[in-house]
Amino acid sequence: MSFFKVSTSVVALLAASTFAASARDQLQISGSSTVLPYATIVAEAFGENTDFNTPVVEGGGSGAGRKKLCEGVGETTIDIANSSSRIKQSDIDLCNTNGVTELMEVRIGYDGIVFASSIEGGDFALTPADVWGALAAQTVKDGALVANAAKTWADVNATLPAQDIMAFIPGTKHGTREVFDVKVLEEGCKAAGAYDLYLAASAGADDDAKKKDAVEGCHALRADGASVDIDGDYTETLSRIEANKTAVGVFGLSFYENNTDKLKVATVNGVTPSVETISAGDYPVSRPLYFYVKKAHIGVIPGLKEYIEFFVSDDMAGPGGSLVDYGLVPDPDLAATQAAVAAETVMGPLE
Amino acid sequence: MTDRASNSRASLFVQDPRTKARNATEKRFRIYGLSAIITALLALVWLLISIFGNGLPAFKQTFITFPVTLEESVLDKAGNRNIAEMSKTTTVGYGKLLAKSLAAEIAARSIDLGELDPKELAKMISEESSATLRDRVLADPSLIGQTLDITVLASGRIDGYFKGRVTLESAAIDKNTSPEQLLLADKLKAAGVMTVQLNSGFVTMPDASDKRPEAAGLGVAIIGSIYMMLVVLFLALPIGVAASVYLEEFAPKNRWTDLIEVNIANLAAVPSIVYGILGLAIFINFAGLPQSAPIVGGLVLTLLTLPRIIIPTRAALKAVPPSIRDAALGVGASRLQTVTHHVLPLAMPGVLTGTIIGLAQALGETAPLLLIGMVAFVRDFPGAPISGLFDPAAALPVQIYNWTQRGDPGFVERASGAIIVLLVFLIAMNAVAIYLRRKFERRW
Repeated sequence: MSFFKVSTSVVALLAASTFAASARDQLQISGSSTVLPYATIVAEAFGENTDFNTPVVEGGGSGAGRKKLCEGVGETTIDIANSSSRIKQSDIDLCNTNGVTELMEVRIGYDGIVFASSIEGGDFALTPADVWGALAAQTVKDGALVANAAKTWADVNATLPAQDIMAFIPGTKHGTREVFDVKVLEEGCKAAGAYDLYLAASAGADDDAKKKDAVEGCHALRADGASVDIDGDYTETLSRIEANKTAVGVFGLSFYENNTDKLKVATVNGVTPSVETISAGDYPVSRPLYFYVKKAHIGVIPGLKEYIEFFVSDDMAGPGGSLVDYGLVPDPDLAATQAAVAAETVMGPLE
Repeated sequence: MTDRASNSRASLFVQDPRTKARNATEKRFRIYGLSAIITALLALVWLLISIFGNGLPAFKQTFITFPVTLEESVLDKAGNRNIAEMSKTTTVGYGKLLAKSLAAEIAARSIDLGELDPKELAKMISEESSATLRDRVLADPSLIGQTLDITVLASGRIDGYFKGRVTLESAAIDKNTSPEQLLLADKLKAAGVMTVQLNSGFVTMPDASDKRPEAAGLGVAIIGSIYMMLVVLFLALPIGVAASVYLEEFAPKNRWTDLIEVNIANLAAVPSIVYGILGLAIFINFAGLPQSAPIVGGLVLTLLTLPRIIIPTRAALKAVPPSIRDAALGVGASRLQTVTHHVLPLAMPGVLTGTIIGLAQALGETAPLLLIGMVAFVRDFPGAPISGLFDPAAALPVQIYNWTQRGDPGFVERASGAIIVLLVFLIAMNAVAIYLRRKFERRW
């Protein structure tokens, strides 16, 4: 092992001695694949309009990005983690262990999650209860939980097309799945009255345990092939829908807006998803998007603070900005975010 | 005896039932083999047709040519040609200038705009154009005030229209374009303002964001791949040859060398992602090398390629007849002289072939690069070697992977085009390997 260490050290030393002067002069960003297109648009414009280098932006997923951010402080670690869900206490603990004590939380806007089907299929006007009724493992019949026997959407709700139920939903590794679980399945489960039935049937010791059981029951999906988890990205969902014209898929709003010639969007509770309806709060299935900044790198890596300010500027994330043009739902509280960024406000403990 | 008697009755000209059955089996086997080859060929043809069908359009691109007046009032408000002050005009300002000039050109040629909203007209020009123009003006402020004839990229949807990806029907329901835009595009093409030309930018320009698929190119990826191959060549070839020569010519045959031999064969079969994890742990976390850099990618691929070079090199050394070694030793050469003067030069064609095929395999690897931050959006070109090896860069297979994940349909074409470029590189490398083998191979 020592020979091995010595030889790698020699390589590293050689590298360091020859190129020691070349400190990192571009930002390293990693994380959510939902935020990735927005981050690349900003990075590109940032490189074009400033004297700084274009930041290097990586995908890989929200959780992976936050973990990388928390690896430590220094030039070989990343500066910003993009995230489509809020940071978790476990991430913050990891950060603290590795000496990353000060993080800045920047909310860049909202992302709508839409249901869309092939442009050649029927029209869908969904409610969370319909989606839950079609996809859940068990549904309510005569006040009791029974195995889901619905074959077509019309079986679930007579106003829906009589197409076979086939839904492509994000796999469990996606941040989008969490939002789908909470905002669609749980809502639908409660609306159908199944949540109370699960609660009553639970053998949990206390109220918390019972609630946990009920939520798990609501999240359980049928395993007969009507609901398919997609672990890839939206392009995979799209190609599955092109092959299966009667299926319904879950997409991000911006992806749908770039493929409106192939996809037809479903309304949820009668509201058509759009930048306007989501920012007004009418469309129910949306989530905030964030990025997390390692404050210790501000002033060390050139361009870091300028990049954050550029990202939340009105030209980018504001209404009518470049990102909104691409499908980001602007944050009504953007001015507060801009002020927090200017003051380099560090995020407090999670509530 | 009866058996023999019945056998002896058989004629050479009349087949007995057993011979018939054996012949039929052989015939069937030949048909199986032939159909296996035909299936494989059909699969290959289908793959090539789909790749070339999707990818060839990426080598052509729609351009718009029109005169632009670089107005001082927009680009240099102070009028003192101070670069710092001029750079306050962002690409948005340049974009507006381009749109205005295009509108003026359309009016000058008295082309009917149809029902097109003037705002929609601006969207027909790629956003990349304003950045290119801005760079050009900032590099040479004396251009301000002049009228330049410039050629800029048309937006991805317009380009898709001329390539058949976008139709008037699909445009009607497409949020990013409109039939009016396409009708105007037809008129502009007829007037010669809009042309479809060979797109050299596809192999020279860097990657672009999701908003401008028309500007995305392979420049950074090609350079990144070349840098990594250089690192692999300069490390794996000497190390691999030294290891093979030692094992083959000098090492004692004992349990330890047997163990090493078995392990080299095993290492060649280790999944490449494992090398990525190793690279992350050693080169980035332990040695502190930068992320996304070709040097780290090259080092990881070196580890991956080493066993693949050692195995053919040893085979080539083994193929050199012992009589050559005996003759050299007989006239008084040392063992090292025997190897360096005689054995190695004779084995060189085999060594080079093995190295090039190892490099070609490394060129197509994506998995190990995932973990060391090379699957990234990189827009700045890395510097010249050697310090450029430490700058961030992409790689060809990674670029393909990235593009297949983008939302805009224009990137499907780009990804297939990139596959064609990668295939051309691989075929070229394999052709060199075959040439070397044919040219220098010696048989004893």
